[in-house]
Amino acid sequence: MLFIQLLDFSPIKPDLGLILWTSVIFLLFLFMMSKMAFKPIANALRSRENDIQSSLDEAKKAKAEMASMKAENEKLLVEAREERAAMLKDAKEAKSQIISEAKTNAKLEANKILESAKVEIVNQKNAAMVEMKNQVGSMALDIAEKVIKKELQNDAAHQSFVNTLVSEIKLN
Amino acid sequence: MKNFCVLFFLFFFVNVSFAQNHDLKRGDNAKQQLQKVDSHKGHNHALGDHSGHDHGGHDHSGHDHSGHDHSGHDHSGHDHAKSNKKNHQKGAHSDHGHDQGHHSHVNACGDEIHDHSAVFNPGAVAFHHISDHNVYSIGPLQFSLPCILYTHGGGVDFFSSGRFDADYHGIGRKAYNGYVLYEGQVKKILGDFPSGEVELGDHAIYAVETEVDGKKKDKFYTCLNGTKHEIVSKSTLDAGLFGGGITTFTDFSLTKNVVSMLIVCLFLFFMFRSIAKAYKTREGQAPKGVQSLMEPIIVFIQDEVAKPILGDKYMRFLPLLLTLFFFILGLNLFGQVPFFGGSNVTGNLSVTLVLAVIAFVVTNVNGNKDYFKHIFNMPGLPGWVKTIVTPVEFMGMFIKPLTLMLRLFGNITAGHMVIVIFVGLIFIFGQNGANAIAGWGTAIVSTLLTLFMMSIELLVAFIQAYVFTLLTASYIGSAVEEHDDHH
Repeated sequence: MLFIQLLDFSPIKPDLGLILWTSVIFLLFLFMMSKMAFKPIANALRSRENDIQSSLDEAKKAKAEMASMKAENEKLLVEAREERAAMLKDAKEAKSQIISEAKTNAKLEANKILESAKVEIVNQKNAAMVEMKNQVGSMALDIAEKVIKKELQNDAAHQSFVNTLVSEIKLN
Repeated sequence: MKNFCVLFFLFFFVNVSFAQNHDLKRGDNAKQQLQKVDSHKGHNHALGDHSGHDHGGHDHSGHDHSGHDHSGHDHSGHDHAKSNKKNHQKGAHSDHGHDQGHHSHVNACGDEIHDHSAVFNPGAVAFHHISDHNVYSIGPLQFSLPCILYTHGGGVDFFSSGRFDADYHGIGRKAYNGYVLYEGQVKKILGDFPSGEVELGDHAIYAVETEVDGKKKDKFYTCLNGTKHEIVSKSTLDAGLFGGGITTFTDFSLTKNVVSMLIVCLFLFFMFRSIAKAYKTREGQAPKGVQSLMEPIIVFIQDEVAKPILGDKYMRFLPLLLTLFFFILGLNLFGQVPFFGGSNVTGNLSVTLVLAVIAFVVTNVNGNKDYFKHIFNMPGLPGWVKTIVTPVEFMGMFIKPLTLMLRLFGNITAGHMVIVIFVGLIFIFGQNGANAIAGWGTAIVSTLLTLFMMSIELLVAFIQAYVFTLLTASYIGSAVEEHDDHH
């Protein structure tokens, strides 16, 4: 205490003037800082904190949505793939059916054409035969006529006989 | 490591310039030694002319990097040399002038005057450094401050402390309206003394050790025209406990501490105002610049102090806690800024007293029924225990803010003093310039110690601001806490 008194340790002595000024300055400072600085800052910080929290929540929600969407997409993809396979299978079946149908039709048509061709051939052959018979007959007649003319001038009995013989010739 | 070396040399030059200032007040022998030292260092330091200009210019190297400029200056020998020279030239005040090398003389009033600064007194230097002053000295510059002085039972005097025409010690060469300036503090001359400006001369105010009630005490006097006038200090509220007490006047001046507080508060206000504006204009954007520098601190106080202690009521007390924190931190740091006079605001009991009273008032005004019930009628205790617990709890109401007050005061004051004393080691070991080699050797050690201490003080500035805020929050928290279940 003696030492302190001799050296005048003044900061420890409460000084009314300094107390008064400190009170005035601090209270004014407190008032101004609260009203104009710290309250707006604290409010801004709080609203930003809320913003960040809600943004995070939203992001989480979006992520979950994305995940569910992805699952759905995959399901759709699988379905599409299955559908494609089914369609391909159907197409193949249709193709082979069409081909086989076409084949049968073609065969039938070919057979029909073949049949008609055969019939035509037979008809043509018959016609050709008839004509040939007629030709052969007239030729033979001519020959015979010439022969007989020579032998039998205007012999009716021979004529009718020859005719009878000609009509007797039957082709096959 | 490179940074450390740079810091070391900065501090080293601070200490050396301090040492040189002090050495100069010694006799010619010491001066010659110093001159040698100076020429080694390449300083262009003409010892014959220690005018204010030279002084200022020389000290600049030290001041630019120093936190101790204030104490270094006020106890330097430059001003002595200067004032002596002036006296010789004028031929006036011969009773006050003292020859170099002599440590005492007898003045016209028959009192022996000790040249108190001829021998280095680390305690006195430290105590001077941490005191509040009516002048603001930054290096060689002395800024006058407004004096508002109330004479008990009389009027109020309002004038600038420049009227005292103070020297580097803060000792006024003039009296004004019966007031004088001694060691930077306004004192009043007792009894009849001419009002207005009165020329006293250099070192006209002196202390005489006297015994009062068996205790040794310094009494201050001035000698005007052969008449001795007693001088009293300003009133303090310690009721003689620390050597103060109520005297004939109270000092309501805007002192160095008040001005420091105003500077810091204005700086903080404009800074946080711009930050608050930034939150509005840059809403939804990431913080930028000073905003992002301060935001972690604000969020730290909010999330680590206010929210866990005060719960959902935190928004009501957050502005108070933030204001307390930044007020204390700002002033703690301001006192450590080199070049700003090293004002010791948060290391002044009057300031911490106000902060503690505010903490006390806020705690008890917001105290709920449970809080007071726990103090005066602790539930669940037998009657006889209550007779012990209640006084203890009641005392606790006051002891809590009291500890707040003393903790901050003690930590900051001690930090300021330790740094001054570490620098003072140079003079103790250098024997005030008589042993220059020891002085230089100690300067290196002292520089390291000061560097270390300054770093510690930087940490302490933050810790003490945080602790004050945290404890205030916990006291408020205990007062507003809801108790639903009981013992």
